[in-house]
Amino acid sequence: MITHPFTYQAPTTIEEAVRALGGAGEAKVIAGGHSLLPLMKLGLAQPEMLVDLRRIASLGEIRTEADGTIAIGALATHRVITHDQTVRAKLTALAEAAGEVGDLQVRARGTIGGSLAHADPAADEPAPTIAFDATIRAVGPKGQRDIRARDYFKGTFETALAANEILVEIRFPAQPARTGSAYAKFAHPASRFAVTGVAAVVTIKSDGSVERAALGVTGAAAAAYRATEAERALTGTKGDAKAIAAAAAKAADGITALSDLVASSEYRKHLVTVYARRAIERAIERARA
Amino acid sequence: MPHAVAVTVNGTSYPREIEPTLLLVEYLRETLGLTGTHVGCDTSQCGACTVLVDGRATKACTMLAVQADGAEVITIEGLAKNGDMHPIQRAFAKEHALQCGFCTPGLMITAVDFLERNPSPSDAEIRHAIKGNLCRCTGYHNIVNAIRSASAEMRQSAGARPKVAAEVKR
Ligand SMILES: Cc1cc2nc3c(=O)[nH]c(=O)nc-3n(C[C@H](O)[C@H](O)[C@H](O)COP(=O)(O)OP(=O)(O)OC[C@H]3O[C@@H](n4cnc5c(N)ncnc54)[C@H](O)[C@@H]3O)c2cc1C
Ligand code: FES
Ligand code: FES
Repeated sequence: MITHPFTYQAPTTIEEAVRALGGAGEAKVIAGGHSLLPLMKLGLAQPEMLVDLRRIASLGEIRTEADGTIAIGALATHRVITHDQTVRAKLTALAEAAGEVGDLQVRARGTIGGSLAHADPAADEPAPTIAFDATIRAVGPKGQRDIRARDYFKGTFETALAANEILVEIRFPAQPARTGSAYAKFAHPASRFAVTGVAAVVTIKSDGSVERAALGVTGAAAAAYRATEAERALTGTKGDAKAIAAAAAKAADGITALSDLVASSEYRKHLVTVYARRAIERAIERARA
Repeated sequence: MPHAVAVTVNGTSYPREIEPTLLLVEYLRETLGLTGTHVGCDTSQCGACTVLVDGRATKACTMLAVQADGAEVITIEGLAKNGDMHPIQRAFAKEHALQCGFCTPGLMITAVDFLERNPSPSDAEIRHAIKGNLCRCTGYHNIVNAIRSASAEMRQSAGARPKVAAEVKR
């Protein structure tokens, strides 16, 4: 039950939606509603107006552009992303992360745009988003701007998005040949959110050695982060078990790890190294396949 | 301020004036009197309120009724056709997959969505599919048996029986 009254509109264009957000009173976008509605039921969010994006058809699309960029519309649901053939083939870690979100019903309604706008520190999709060096495209009253994923996540529920901006798409650059990716998650036993989730994206050279490695980690710290020490440690190695273990051991270096009933900060750091190893192993296997 | 919406529920369109605060599950139960859809937690955890919205299993406690304007909703009341039970309903009875029955409508709707996309699932896939549905009586064993048994029957009668919801993009 929602007790706090609000007004509702469902505009058909992005421009109208931006105008509605800038109107009088506290207005909020609603996409899948799977973070916002639970907060509204608890009274933790009390918007005066909801601006529903569901009629803006272009926001649900997944397109491949001429240069190989894959643009995923903000309204693409976790379910659509999980099953999309292009995403599965080219952005495997993202398809795997989307497929691990919550449960079947949550994936049917929740969207990638909503997940990135909400920025729960335990959300899955931020990890592959930063590991693939994606760009977040936002539209506000002053027009459109692109934010690098690495500059986008600011902290717990905090992003570079302004209150009057709409996240319209997430742009994943084309990945080089011989690139493989994977997402490995330790799910909270009750909520299914990530206690730890690691997305690995690895490119190998023709001789099998590691040319480039990117690791996005979620669930462990206040915001998703790139494990740069581990990336450096893996780059240039043969990508064998020893090199993978040595790199993964650095995946929690320098972070202030979260701590809760399920996992202390010490245990979380340990989980990051274990799940980093698993993600890197599968990413390298796929890069070699 | 009330909004005019028309939601098609089990094949019939219902134009109504509703408040934006009204949840889809409240619209189904209180506005339309379709009490087969249950409310367990009202916090998107238990899946008792699951209905098909445009073919996808959805927790109706975590969707506003205004968001369903123009959508096609199937509830548990819409599964049987002309008094003929849906295979999932027969399978739940046969396999003793319910005790109090509170979770049952939601589980059956989730299973229907799942089986229409994955007609020959493994037990592991069935268990993964019903993660969003909690049962506090039966234990999941017989529920998994029922879904597996329904999948066999649905495969045999494939084509003979129309899909419950129009095919949607995933
Ligand atoms: C039971 C349950 C389990 C879950 N488990 C997981 C899990 O395991 N992993 C996980 O990652 N997530 C999980 N989630 C969260 C889920 O992924 C949500 O779908 C997601 O966090 C928010 O997406 P949404 O489309 O529902 O957004 P909404 O709830 O509609 O919006 C969330 C916030 O983002 C803003 N917003 C939404 N879209 C935009 C946009 N395009 N531009 C600007 N602002 C926008 C809204 O104003 C709001 O503040 C779970 C949720 C539930 C209910
Ligand atoms: S009542 Fe909707 S999930 Fe429990
Ligand atoms: S049969 Fe009682 S909750 Fe499932």
